[in-house]
Amino acid sequence: METIEATLAAHPFFQGMTPQHLAEIAACGRRVQFNADDFLCREDEEALDFYVIISGSVSVEIFSARRGPLTTTTVEEGEVLGWLWFEKPYHWHLDARARQVTRVVALGVEALKAKCEADRDLGYDLMKRYAHYLAVQFRVSKLQLVDMYGT
Amino acid sequence: MAPEPEKPTSRLPEPDGLLLPHLFRVESRHRETADTFTLTMTPSGSGSEWPFAPGQFNMLTAFGIGEVPISISGDPAEPQRLIHTIRAVGAATRHLCKLGRGDLVGVRGPFGTAWPVKEAEGRDLVFVAGGLGLAPLRPAIYHALANRPAYGNIEIIYGARSPQDMLYFRELKGWRGRFDARVHVTVDAAPPEWRGRVGVVTKVIDLARFDPPHTVALMCGPGVMMRFTVQGLMARGVEPDNIYVSMERNMQCGLGLCGHCQLGPVFICKDGPVFPFSRIKDWFAKREV
Amino acid sequence: MDNSFIIEAPQLQQLIEVLQSQGYGVLGPTLRQDDLVYDEVRATADLPVGWLDEHEAGSFRLIRGEAQTFFGCLVGQHSWKQFLFPSNLRLWQAQQQENSWQVNAFTDEEPPYAFLGVRACDLAALEVHDRTFARGRHPDPVYQGRRGKAFIVAVNCTRSAATCFCASLGTGPKATSGFDLALTEVMEKGNHYFLVKAGTKRGTAVLNSLTHRPATKAEVAAAEGLVAGAARSQSRSLEIEGLQEFLYNNFENPHWDRVVERCLTCGNCAITCPTCFCHDIQDRIDVTGEVAERWRHWEVCFSVDHSYIHGGAIRPSPRSRYRQWLTHKLATWVDQFGCLGCIGCGRCITWCPVGIDLIQEVRGLKAAAVEAAAGETQKSTGEKTHGNH
Repeated sequence: METIEATLAAHPFFQGMTPQHLAEIAACGRRVQFNADDFLCREDEEALDFYVIISGSVSVEIFSARRGPLTTTTVEEGEVLGWLWFEKPYHWHLDARARQVTRVVALGVEALKAKCEADRDLGYDLMKRYAHYLAVQFRVSKLQLVDMYGT
Repeated sequence: MAPEPEKPTSRLPEPDGLLLPHLFRVESRHRETADTFTLTMTPSGSGSEWPFAPGQFNMLTAFGIGEVPISISGDPAEPQRLIHTIRAVGAATRHLCKLGRGDLVGVRGPFGTAWPVKEAEGRDLVFVAGGLGLAPLRPAIYHALANRPAYGNIEIIYGARSPQDMLYFRELKGWRGRFDARVHVTVDAAPPEWRGRVGVVTKVIDLARFDPPHTVALMCGPGVMMRFTVQGLMARGVEPDNIYVSMERNMQCGLGLCGHCQLGPVFICKDGPVFPFSRIKDWFAKREV
Repeated sequence: MDNSFIIEAPQLQQLIEVLQSQGYGVLGPTLRQDDLVYDEVRATADLPVGWLDEHEAGSFRLIRGEAQTFFGCLVGQHSWKQFLFPSNLRLWQAQQQENSWQVNAFTDEEPPYAFLGVRACDLAALEVHDRTFARGRHPDPVYQGRRGKAFIVAVNCTRSAATCFCASLGTGPKATSGFDLALTEVMEKGNHYFLVKAGTKRGTAVLNSLTHRPATKAEVAAAEGLVAGAARSQSRSLEIEGLQEFLYNNFENPHWDRVVERCLTCGNCAITCPTCFCHDIQDRIDVTGEVAERWRHWEVCFSVDHSYIHGGAIRPSPRSRYRQWLTHKLATWVDQFGCLGCIGCGRCITWCPVGIDLIQEVRGLKAAAVEAAAGETQKSTGEKTHGNH
């Protein structure tokens, strides 16, 4: 089986990262498979992992008592899931549910943070990627907000 | 611009041919969404064909009610049938959307510029449609799929508000079932039973497979969507000369005479509706021009 | 001058009669309910003989002149476009027949027109409209038909109004082309005559059927002198060098806001403008539901509906609509048709109910841009000074 390091190296989020940094990050990771309707995380649960989606599709949902689960976005292979793992108190704000068999690399948040603290170069590189990812998320959320197909 | 007709066309010579509505009869009406319908029509008078180029539009008359510009959404290889997808938003479109088999529609056209399907041969083709914007792109998609070997990758990206707001649902499934084109469909919001993607079109641009320097992108949708899609395509390295957009304005004559469709120096009806983005980039995001 | 001729003032009646005999409907300046309009001229007495027009921004007055000239009045609120591009026109009529419609095209039953008294600026306006309606990809058959048949009698201006600025645009006050006949009305030392030039074979033929004689050098010089004097007397001028680029770079100029403090968006400027061509197309149906018609009406970019598409207007603010009008006239028109959309007649200035003056507004825009640039310089200099301390 391919090493976690190699899997991460092929993922867009980690594109161009140095082998040393990749190795450090891979050391925090483990492979997890979710079956359809398994939750990757649930609202208010403690956030223990940062998910790197390798294959499959995940719906990010807000649960409404009257309307049931509302899908706000879907996250597919090549993307990452989990925004708040460096922000205390590390609780998920939304539900994320696998829509099909979905394979991920789950990076342990505690270990990852420890690596970032110990190696600031690694920390900065990861934060840059993270900041970019967040910026994109904000932008697309705003586009969704304006209901651009309205007229 | 329009292909050379092989059979006698239904059009009178200019200028009357462009000023007077030609009579078409509705063959069938198909409901696409709650307020959007597709009419299939055939010429009622002499002649049997209405040749057009993908991207062009006709002015449709509901007699006594009014006239509206509607892009042609049928197959350019089948000029004997005229197909228009119409959203009921005003008096004339509401009337047109209520027509049934045998009813008469006045048609002037076809007007405007075409998608660069010839010029794009040898390139990857990326279609980006939002909402009703799939209608003017469909003739170009038909053309590309009918001439599949002439192109590289074909990626069709379609965004809509919800699954209920999508046009040509079955056809999208059919294109998706082909082994030689990829279809990405995404909606802003969806009920739990929706199995497709949820999110904005711009996110999908990053996932589509194309070689940016050798790509021609054809785009039609609401202004906000097009603005951000252009940014996404350019960020991936597609040249502004190779991004084509179909624009919309108030159009009343189709001839570049009534003045309503001006966007700075261009008349959307005769210089467009299809423009290379590079030609209108200075005016694209300007407000209230 | 071997191609200049003289017809004596009374022969003007002869000109009208010759044109009438050739089947033309002669149209020219005339007074109707004390207003200067273009309408049918059956005889010289129909012309505003002895009257002069006084213009200022937002002001128009007809006054009695000292001399009994035929063409003392320059331009009123009308322009010749109303004949070639009528303000209301039925494009077609359709009759319901069982389960179908019979569409009948508009057939033009107007006689050929002879325009008597076309000023140089208005000749330029005809040329501008030719580019829009006759030489474009889709010509307007009504305009084309009427324009092709129209006989043009130009009259050179021997005085200017305060609102005239044709000299700065090179469109007047002398007619240089685009006419069948060009007249200069001269009244001095008890003589009253017209210096006449023919611009076409058709014009020469008409001239030859009038009582005329070759002009003397002195007569030519007298006429030319009057026209040159009219040019010199113009106080308004529009600086067009670099104007297009300037306007393209000044969409957010603060002066637009100052204009719309006054602008009523009434559209008078566009209606009186001899080159504005925007129009609406409207369908109607009679009470029986059996006769449908399509009409064309003049419309202006000052209306909110002008830019309406489902969901709303593209230009909801008065600021954006005035900006559209002015930018179209002086900038985008050049890209569209290869010429300015302004010919310097001054009608938009005269007929603006609040006296907005296109010349002044262009100046205001430029001043505001200079001010803004100066502000920028001051800021950066200030920062530098600050940095040096």
